[in-house]
Amino acid sequence: MIVKIAYRGKEYDANAGTTLRDAVKKIGLQPETVLAVVDGKLVTDDTIVREGMQIKLVAVISGGAL
Amino acid sequence: MKCRKCGGTAVINMRQHKLALCADDYAVWLPEQVQRWIEKYEMFTRADKVLMAVSGGKDSLGLWDILIRLGYQTDGLYIGLGIDGGFGYSDQSRALSQKFADEHKLTLHVVEVQETYGATIPELAVISNRGHGKPCSVCGLNKRYIMNRVAHDGGYTALATGHNLDDEAAVLMQNTLNWAGGYLVRQAPVLPASMPGLARKVKPLCRVYEREMAAYAIVRGIDYIYDECPHAVGSTTIYNKELLNQLEEARPGAKLQFYLSFLQAKEAGLFSVKASEPDLHACDRCGQPTTAPGDCSFCRLWDKVRMVKGLPTQVPAELAALDALPEAE
Repeated sequence: MIVKIAYRGKEYDANAGTTLRDAVKKIGLQPETVLAVVDGKLVTDDTIVREGMQIKLVAVISGGAL
Repeated sequence: MKCRKCGGTAVINMRQHKLALCADDYAVWLPEQVQRWIEKYEMFTRADKVLMAVSGGKDSLGLWDILIRLGYQTDGLYIGLGIDGGFGYSDQSRALSQKFADEHKLTLHVVEVQETYGATIPELAVISNRGHGKPCSVCGLNKRYIMNRVAHDGGYTALATGHNLDDEAAVLMQNTLNWAGGYLVRQAPVLPASMPGLARKVKPLCRVYEREMAAYAIVRGIDYIYDECPHAVGSTTIYNKELLNQLEEARPGAKLQFYLSFLQAKEAGLFSVKASEPDLHACDRCGQPTTAPGDCSFCRLWDKVRMVKGLPTQVPAELAALDALPEAE
């Protein structure tokens, strides 16, 4: 089963049953650079991806700010 | 994963601290950490008037939230840079800064660079021909000048910025790769007001990971600008942050260790402060501290831009936009 993960206006596929950490790595992102929000709540990256989850990754790196 | 404190569901796992916390405990834990660093580096006390520089981003708004929760006296300063980037970056960041200030009944000073001085930052970069097509150099110069001037003229005893550990480690890495001795000597959690006209600058988040600040903003429900500055895309700072995060991934705590080891080395006398101290004096025109002989870089930059745009060459003696600025005590 494929679950969609939203990140910076795009959608990526993740396999249900894997951890968010593995899903993030599969997308090609460093786990340290994103936070995962599932169904509107912040979660740790050992969370198992399940069907029906609304998953959004929040980038944590910024540059040029004060 | 379980919260170390209460056993509830953790929302953040900080591998560098071997600590996982739930939302409620995290929202308490992070301000306690910031309080520790404020005290350790003797940044300011509750008797001080702190000017908080805000950009509408997670770090500065998150820090402002922490400082008011800790009971510090703070006013905000927002600098409107006139950056659009196709999505109204500056307009959005100002609106979010104002929204935060209004919701918490805080004073926010706003300086719009175009209204006050005559051009936006991107326009300034093109006219001045500085920064190889990127406005970051002139942007930094303007922000440093305006922040210092507002802090000093407003009688604030400290100017706080939202620089986090990742910002500090990225700059440290760049300065180390270049062996930029002068910059390395001046990089610190506190930059003292070493001469008249210079504001005391403090970085209460210098030991807080960028990831921790993003998590804090989410947990606290702070509405911040998610998009980074459009001109920061592809910047050296972001590149360095990515490299450091690769290290962090393999060795949790590597970024923190890099920064803390640097501070300890400095404390132990690795760098010669006297040999690298810049010779500061007052700008002949505006009176702000400068290393340049005669007029400061800010005055010379704006002279050129005003001449090209056919504007009066006189730099405003006062920041007209700051009608609510309190008088120095």
